[in-house]
Amino acid sequence: MPVLYAMATLLVMQLAGEVFVRVLSLPVPGALVGLLLMFAGLLFRGRLPKGLRDVAAYVLPHLMFLFIPAVAGVTLQFDRLQREWLPFVLACTLGTAITALVTAVTFCWMLKRTGGSQ
Amino acid sequence: MNETLAPMLGGFSAEPILWITVTLVVYLIALKVYQRFNGHPLLLPVLTAVVVIVGILLLSHTPYQDYDHATRFLQFLIGPATVALAVPLYIQLPRLKRLWKPITVALLVGCCTAILSALGIAWLFGASTETLLSLAPKSATMPIAMEVSALTGGIASLTTVACAITGISGAMFTVGLLRLFKIKDPVAQGFAMGVSAHAIGTGRAFQSGETMGAFSALGLSLNGIATALIVPIVLALLGWF
Repeated sequence: MPVLYAMATLLVMQLAGEVFVRVLSLPVPGALVGLLLMFAGLLFRGRLPKGLRDVAAYVLPHLMFLFIPAVAGVTLQFDRLQREWLPFVLACTLGTAITALVTAVTFCWMLKRTGGSQ
Repeated sequence: MNETLAPMLGGFSAEPILWITVTLVVYLIALKVYQRFNGHPLLLPVLTAVVVIVGILLLSHTPYQDYDHATRFLQFLIGPATVALAVPLYIQLPRLKRLWKPITVALLVGCCTAILSALGIAWLFGASTETLLSLAPKSATMPIAMEVSALTGGIASLTTVACAITGISGAMFTVGLLRLFKIKDPVAQGFAMGVSAHAIGTGRAFQSGETMGAFSALGLSLNGIATALIVPIVLALLGWF
């Protein structure tokens, strides 16, 4: 039962997010708003139900599994990738490396500046 | 359809029971191999699994549309799984309160770096405008990036590929790269992973530990929002939108 409650909670939060996004016609996925609503809900409630903790612990390490079908969609883009593979691949790989490094360095620098607190 | 495989697949070629099972089994084998080789970055399960799946699709002459249709249930689950990211965030609440300043600044700097580095590198190597527009939101999580791309004149399915390469390369190299620069704090590593390599990077981060995973989830969700807001502004400033 706790697992069913947890699943129901996740779906209800996502549904609320989808409705919110559609009513305000925001260019943001409903699941993202659902995440924020879920977080707000947990803050409001002040504790984490065990079922929810368990479901998250089972699902999140395998988040990548759910993306396999979307990533396999690369087959649809073979033509364009053949023509523009160099800028495309470099922008993704090198760009990501630069982004990760800049973000981490900024984070550490801010951490030192603020003394790790406040 | 291929003569040898056609009778085997029979009427199953577009059935969820076939393709969801194939995807799950291939993923589990990919995960086993990954663990057997102590998490070698080139064997990242999502990468090896996709290579195998694409191979199976090509060999069985199954159009991607059929596979896409048959696996809708898995893609549906991305929604509730995204909502579940609130759980590790909540667990890290005390830390989050303490670190809100570094988080905010690193997020804004990281988000702009992601957009500008992608545009800059691709432009330098002669990418077409459509490709540039499809690349701009690539560090955001896939569902967000696709919507931003469609909104600003990019090609959503091309953005999916950009997200995939971004996430996979981030998952493969970020930890090693940051270690090279003596950044070993799992909080900083996780946040940088989430901002730069979204959900695929976050999957990798959770394998390194709960703290790194939670901060990666934080980076991914905040950067999803930031990207949706900042990409249209950057493109407008550059005169592309």
